[in-house]
Amino acid sequence: MENLLQNLMSTEDLADNFKESKPSYNAQEALDEANRCLYCYDAPCITACPTGINIPSFIKKIASGNLKGSAKTIMEANPVGASCARVCPTEELCEGACVLNDSTKPIMIGDLQRFATDWAIKNEQVLFKKGEKNGKNIAIVGSGPAGLSAARELGRMGYEVTVFEGKKEAGGLDTHGIVPFRLPKDISLWEVEQVENVGVEIRTNVEVGKDIFTDDLVLNYDAVMLAVGMSKVPKLGIEGEDLAGICDAIELVEETKNKNYSAEFAGKRVAVIGAGNTAIDGATTSVRLGADNVQILYRRTEAEMTAYEFEYEFAKQEGVEFRWLTAPKRLIGDNKGYLKQMECVQMELQETGSDGRRRPVEIQGSEFLIDVDIVVKAIGQTRHTHIIDAFGLEHNGGVVKVDPETYLTSNPKVYAAGDAIFGKGIGEAMVVSAAQQGKETAYAIHQQLVESRTECV
Amino acid sequence: MADISINFAGIKSPNPYWLASAPPTNTGYQVQRAFEAGWGGAVWKTLGEPVLNVTSRFGAHSFNGQRVAGFNNIELISDRSIEENLKEIYETKKRFPDRAIIASLMVEPKREKWHEIVKRVQDVGVDGFELNLGCPHGMSERGMGAAVGQHPDLVEKTTLYAKEAAEVPVITKLTPNITDITTTARAAERGGADAISMINTINSLMGVDIDTWNTIPNVNGMGAHGGYCGPAVKPIALNMIGECARQQDINIPISGIGGISTWQDTVEFMLMGSGGVQICTAAMHHGFSIIDDLVEGLENYLDDKGIASISEIIGASVAKYTDWSHLDLNHKKVARINNDICINCNKCHIACEDTAHQCIDMLTDKKGDGYLEVREDECVGCNLCSIVCPVDGAIDMVDLTPTEPPMSWNNRQSALQMLNN
Repeated sequence: MENLLQNLMSTEDLADNFKESKPSYNAQEALDEANRCLYCYDAPCITACPTGINIPSFIKKIASGNLKGSAKTIMEANPVGASCARVCPTEELCEGACVLNDSTKPIMIGDLQRFATDWAIKNEQVLFKKGEKNGKNIAIVGSGPAGLSAARELGRMGYEVTVFEGKKEAGGLDTHGIVPFRLPKDISLWEVEQVENVGVEIRTNVEVGKDIFTDDLVLNYDAVMLAVGMSKVPKLGIEGEDLAGICDAIELVEETKNKNYSAEFAGKRVAVIGAGNTAIDGATTSVRLGADNVQILYRRTEAEMTAYEFEYEFAKQEGVEFRWLTAPKRLIGDNKGYLKQMECVQMELQETGSDGRRRPVEIQGSEFLIDVDIVVKAIGQTRHTHIIDAFGLEHNGGVVKVDPETYLTSNPKVYAAGDAIFGKGIGEAMVVSAAQQGKETAYAIHQQLVESRTECV
Repeated sequence: MADISINFAGIKSPNPYWLASAPPTNTGYQVQRAFEAGWGGAVWKTLGEPVLNVTSRFGAHSFNGQRVAGFNNIELISDRSIEENLKEIYETKKRFPDRAIIASLMVEPKREKWHEIVKRVQDVGVDGFELNLGCPHGMSERGMGAAVGQHPDLVEKTTLYAKEAAEVPVITKLTPNITDITTTARAAERGGADAISMINTINSLMGVDIDTWNTIPNVNGMGAHGGYCGPAVKPIALNMIGECARQQDINIPISGIGGISTWQDTVEFMLMGSGGVQICTAAMHHGFSIIDDLVEGLENYLDDKGIASISEIIGASVAKYTDWSHLDLNHKKVARINNDICINCNKCHIACEDTAHQCIDMLTDKKGDGYLEVREDECVGCNLCSIVCPVDGAIDMVDLTPTEPPMSWNNRQSALQMLNN
C-alpha cells in the first residue's frame, strides 16, 4: 500500500504541491484594492511596520500605475520587502493597524506589496545604485534578512561590503527556511541580487571559523557584523532519537526549498513535536509530501502556542491535527531500526514560570502509545555558539549581547543583529524586524566610522 | 403610492424619465426596449439630413477606478434615412401610446427647412419636438447645432420657424457652451418655445494617450472636440437650470439634462426647477434596466416624505438659489468631529492644515490613543474636512446659534450708505 502511494505521487505532483499556494493579485484586483486606500495622513500602518515602509505612498503609486516607484518605496525601507509581503504577520502589523478596520475592512497591504515587488522582479528592475566608495570595508557574517539589509544600506553609502555565507546560496531564512509554498526561493534570491547590485560581494560556501578566521575578519575590516541567525533544531533528549524516521523541521523545509521532495512521507503517519511557526511548516510540508496523517504534539495548549494565528488556521485547513498537552517520552523502533511508535504522556499546566507562561507538568501514569512512522522535530533552534565564541563575544546561552541602540557587541568592532540577538525574552523573531535591525546596524556602523574619522582629523 | 407622472408643457408621461436624444434612441428597436423596461419617454435621436459618422466616437473619464465619471462623443445626428426613422417612430408610438415620443430636429436655420421637417415628422404622430440647437461638434461646423444655439437671435428665429409649423409642443434645447445661458433661454421663450431643455453637451477633449500622443478618442490618429456629459457635468447643468428657473422673466418649463444617474439626482434637478429629466450616459453605462431603481427610488422618496405627486417638488428649491450678495454674513457654521465614529485617518487634519485654516488638532488622550479636535473659534466652516472625511457621520457641520441678526453684503452696503448719507 505504501509503495503504491509512493508510486502514485509523481515528482510533478509533488513539485505542484510546493508551488506558491496563494495566487497573486491580477492588475485589476491590485488597482481596485489600491483605490480603496484612504491615503491617511500620519498613517498608522507606517508606524506598525517595523521597517516603516511608507505604505500609503506605495499603494497610491500602484493606483497611479507607477509600479517602479511603488516597488522602490517598499524596497527602500525594507531590503527584503518582497519576502516580507509574503511572510509578515500583516494582521498583527500594517493591516491590523489600518483605520478601515473601524469602518469596512482593512486594505490588503501584504497582497499589494507582493504585487508591486512581483512587478519589479518580473521586469528585472534594478532599484538602487552603489554609493561612491568611501574607502572603508565591512564584513558581514550571514546573508539572511539582517545581513542583507545591513549590506544593502552600507553598499549604498559607499562601503566595500563582503558578506560571508556558509551555504551554497545566500538569503538565509528566506531562501532556506520558509516553506516554498509561502515563499518561493526565487523571491529571496532576487533580493540577494538587489543587494549585489549595490556592489556588495557575497561569498557563499564560506564558513566563518573554518574557511576564514574570525580574528582575520576583525583585523582586516573596519567593522564586522554578525548576522548568523539560528541553527538546527535541538535534540529531543529522549530514548530512540537515532532511529530512522526522525528528522529536523528546518532541514525538511530546506530540502523542499531546493526542490528535493522526499519520497519517504507518502502514505505515512507523521508526528510533529512543537507548536511554533516552524512546527506548522514541518506539518504542512509533510502534508504536501503526501503523508496520510499529520499531527502536531504540543506539551502546552492552543493558548500558549507561538505560531501565528494565520499559520494555525492554515495548518488546520491543510488537515493537520493538533494534540494539546502531549509530550513525547520515548521513540520505539522495529527490528530494522525504523520508527514505529512513540510513547507520549499527558501534561497539565501549572503555575506561571519565569518566562511568563504556565509550566507544563507530566500527569503521572498517563503514558500512551501512538503509531507513527516519522517524527519531525520543531522544538526551537540551537545557536551558532561556536562562531560567537570564536569572536569572543559576550552572550547569554547563545544570544549575543548587544547595545540596544547601536547593536555593538562586547567587541568594539563587532556588531550583531537579527536572530543572533533574539531570544531570552529580548527582541522579535520576525523577518521584518531582522531587516530593520540590519538597517539600524548599518547606520550605527556608519555613525561610528564617520565619528572616528572626524576624530582623526 | 405617490404619483410620478408628469405633464411637461402639455406632453404627458407616466414618469419623469425620458431618454435624451442620443445613441440610446437611435432606432425603434432601442426605444421599444427602453419602453418595455419602463422609461416614460424618449427624445428620438436627432433627425435631419442624414450624415456620415466616423469611428471611433466615444471617450470616457475614469477617476480612481470609477469608470465613466465623465463621457464624451463625436457622433453626429442620425445617420439613417428620415423615412426609416419615421416608420419606426410610428410603430413605436402605436405600440406604446402612453409613452412620450419627442422628435429631436436639426436643420439649417432657414424657415422653409424647418417648416418642411416639422410637418413631415408631425404627420407620423409625435408628442412634441425638441430643437437641437446645442450639438457642439461636427454639425456646428456646418452652421447648425451649437452654431445656432450660441446666437440668441438665431435661437429665437429657429424656434419661431418650428413653432409656425408645429401643432405639438416645441422644446428648444440649449447649449451650455455660452457665457450666460439665460440669454438664449429668453430668446427661445421670445421665439414661442413651449419649453426649454438643458444642457446639451460641453465642448471637451477627453484626453491624450501618453504612449501614442494621440487624442482620446481619435480617428486614424486625429481628434476633434466632442460633447462632454455624464456624472461630472451634473453641477454645471444644475446651476444652469437653477439660473434659468430663478429668473422672473423666464416662465416656460425646463427639461433637465446633464449627468443625471440616480433618483436622487432626479429629485435635485426637479427641486431646482426641472419639470422632467432626460438621461443618456447612465443608460449607456448600464443599460435600460436602471429605470427600475430610478422609478422605485423616486416613488419611495415621495412616499417617505408624504408627498402625493411629483409635481409638488418642481422648483421647490429655486427660491433658495440666489446671488452671493444675498447670503448671510453673520451666519456661523463650524465642524465638529464625532470621535466615536472617527477612524483616525487624519485626512481632515492634513486637508485643513495644508490647504484650509489650520484649525484641526491631532491630539492624544490619556490612554495614548489619537483623536482629532476642531478649534471652533478658528474654524471658518468651509466644509473641506467633512468633504474629505471617508466615514459618514464622523464630521458634522453644525450651525451655531446666531449672535447677531442676519446681514447680507447688500444689507451691509446699504446700511453703510445710509450712515454715509
